[in-house]
Amino acid sequence: MYVYDQYDQQIVDDRVAQFRDQTQRYLAGDLAEEEFLPLRLQNGLYIQRHAPMFRIAVPYGMLSSNQMRKLAHLARTYDRNYAHFTTRHNAQFNWPKLEDVPDMLAELASVQMHAIQTSGNCIRNTSTDQFAGVTAEEIEDPRPWAELIRQWSTFHPEFAFLPRKFKIAINATPGVDRAATQAHDVGVYIVKNDAGEVGFSILAGGGQGRTPILGAIIKDFLPKEHLLSYLEAVLRVYNRLGRRDNKFKARIKILVRALTPEVFSQMVEEEWNHLKDGYNTLTQEEIDRVKSAFTLPDYKDLPAENADFEAKKAEDKVFANWVARNTHPHKVPGYVAVTLTLKETGVAPGDCTDEQMDNMADMADKYSFGELRISHFQNVILADVELSDLYAVWQEAKAMGFATPNLGLLTDMICCPGGDFCALANAKSIPIAKQIQERFDNLDYLYDIGELELNISGCMNACGHHHVGNIGILGVDKKGAEFYQISLGGQSGVNANIGKIIGPSFGEADIADALEKIINVYLENRTEEERFIDTFDRIGMQPFKTRVYANA
Amino acid sequence: MPKIIKDQQIQDDSWQLVAKDATDNLPAGDIIVPVEFWKENTEDLSQRGNVAVWIDAGEEAESIAEDLDKIAFVAINFPAFTDGRGYSYARLLRERYSYQGEIRAIGDVLQDQLQHMTRCGFNSFSLKEGKNIETALAGLKTINEPYQAATDLPPLFRRRV
Repeated sequence: MYVYDQYDQQIVDDRVAQFRDQTQRYLAGDLAEEEFLPLRLQNGLYIQRHAPMFRIAVPYGMLSSNQMRKLAHLARTYDRNYAHFTTRHNAQFNWPKLEDVPDMLAELASVQMHAIQTSGNCIRNTSTDQFAGVTAEEIEDPRPWAELIRQWSTFHPEFAFLPRKFKIAINATPGVDRAATQAHDVGVYIVKNDAGEVGFSILAGGGQGRTPILGAIIKDFLPKEHLLSYLEAVLRVYNRLGRRDNKFKARIKILVRALTPEVFSQMVEEEWNHLKDGYNTLTQEEIDRVKSAFTLPDYKDLPAENADFEAKKAEDKVFANWVARNTHPHKVPGYVAVTLTLKETGVAPGDCTDEQMDNMADMADKYSFGELRISHFQNVILADVELSDLYAVWQEAKAMGFATPNLGLLTDMICCPGGDFCALANAKSIPIAKQIQERFDNLDYLYDIGELELNISGCMNACGHHHVGNIGILGVDKKGAEFYQISLGGQSGVNANIGKIIGPSFGEADIADALEKIINVYLENRTEEERFIDTFDRIGMQPFKTRVYANA
Repeated sequence: MPKIIKDQQIQDDSWQLVAKDATDNLPAGDIIVPVEFWKENTEDLSQRGNVAVWIDAGEEAESIAEDLDKIAFVAINFPAFTDGRGYSYARLLRERYSYQGEIRAIGDVLQDQLQHMTRCGFNSFSLKEGKNIETALAGLKTINEPYQAATDLPPLFRRRV
């Protein structure tokens, strides 16, 4: 993974000193509340319902075991012994004290981590595929490009006060999209043109929130050396012309839609013509330098199959189930990527205790070259595990509660922290997740239902990605009471689609019942090979609607 | 006399800002007039001399691009420090229109944004009223070696040794 040189280190150290000074001036009364607010947000610090919430960047999801141990240490020292992993490669703490945050930042800087631009109206973390670099299907590793974007966007002086937040995702695997690239302000697809050259296809104007919309292609093929100058052109057009009169209309998607993608693309092109070939043009030396930071681990020369492993699978059906759901093929023979699930019943999806973090770090050291990854689905990945170690990994994971074999199934939910923690939320989301986990706790039944993405957001901001869940649940406020709207047919990935609302919303107590009816309609109507989403696409909303609201 | 930060130093400032609704009664001496008013009265104002022009968020750098050699300097207004349009205008003045003169930040100008402004091409700052100009000087440089290119530096990848 990328290792800081003296320049990178100096930048995070400077940031710690800068934020320490800002915090002191704020506490001394020299910096007004409204002046401090955007400064703390650009360091990931929200003031939430109970305490500040502090969001730490995990660039493109990569963590070394030492960085994971540092998060565990922070959870123990400054929080209540746990952290929450989000859908966009971030770790969050829910209970730090404002005056401790400069010290927390200093601790993070000591392991090459930071909280820069994890919130605020600026360019956020670039997210990507959790299997980047290990999946055989990708055109090339997207992480060096994500790192180049990270460096370009860190403290970008022109784009620190955009109309609204700005999120970029990058995907390099044709036909598969594990980074929800189309739902981002800018999506970058690594592609090959007819001449076999690697470059980028650029999308703009995707987003979730109040007005969900998928990004439109604004540039078919961008030669790779122009990535930064082109992004700068996109951002400049948005910074100048994006709406600032209404925060709900300030995302780039509103601008792209108002202008049309064609006109927006033309304006970017005109701006880019001035910037192209300027000093932002990437040099081959720089591309090579950053790529060389993502060297392959020291893989062994192994056979593609392992007899012991096959025998264990044949012996133990539960192990075989876990392997089928929670491992992903690796481009190197004899290795797989393992997903440790953070979706245990009764625990908020993405939550992790300090002890679990330490354990995962130990497992990474023992089995996966000391590296871990945080996925868009709020799970943790060991990307380079030998087949012969899998049984041991599974047993350790099971003992620590990371082996719920529900990956990709109904109870592998994406869920925001919701009204229990978040000041923005209309409604609680974690108790809803718990209610669903309890109702659908029979594993055989879950396997029978099969692949299903269920996403829960506590409000319109859609941190839980409810629009792109096959089933989406959204917390809404009706005259002070918490209600939940259900949508069906959403999809992330390469066939991304926005779900449609089934009908009137439900009270908290009725969610699991409604879900069960929806699932039953699917089970009764599916053909053998159909997933939930396939059946929905074939039979449409009406049968679900009729069942759910019958006798209501 | 009011003070500004200009070229990294605190200096006296004689320039008076003329608001958009106060152009009927121009004060004597050095004045900074709104760009619309300048465009409507270019000839008179050029003859008068001692005139600088300010542009507001939403008015674009282009609005003054053709007259840059006729005015004392350009001021860019930040109606709120969270409105970042002025950063792009300053870069465009420097990089697209090759403007070498003074670019002054006016309005909601605060210590913690001075480095970003400097990097985008501002070289003078009229701080928000009531702010301590001495302590604000520290805001001119807090990040020593920034990553990306702006008007002051090529990108770090062209500077790394």
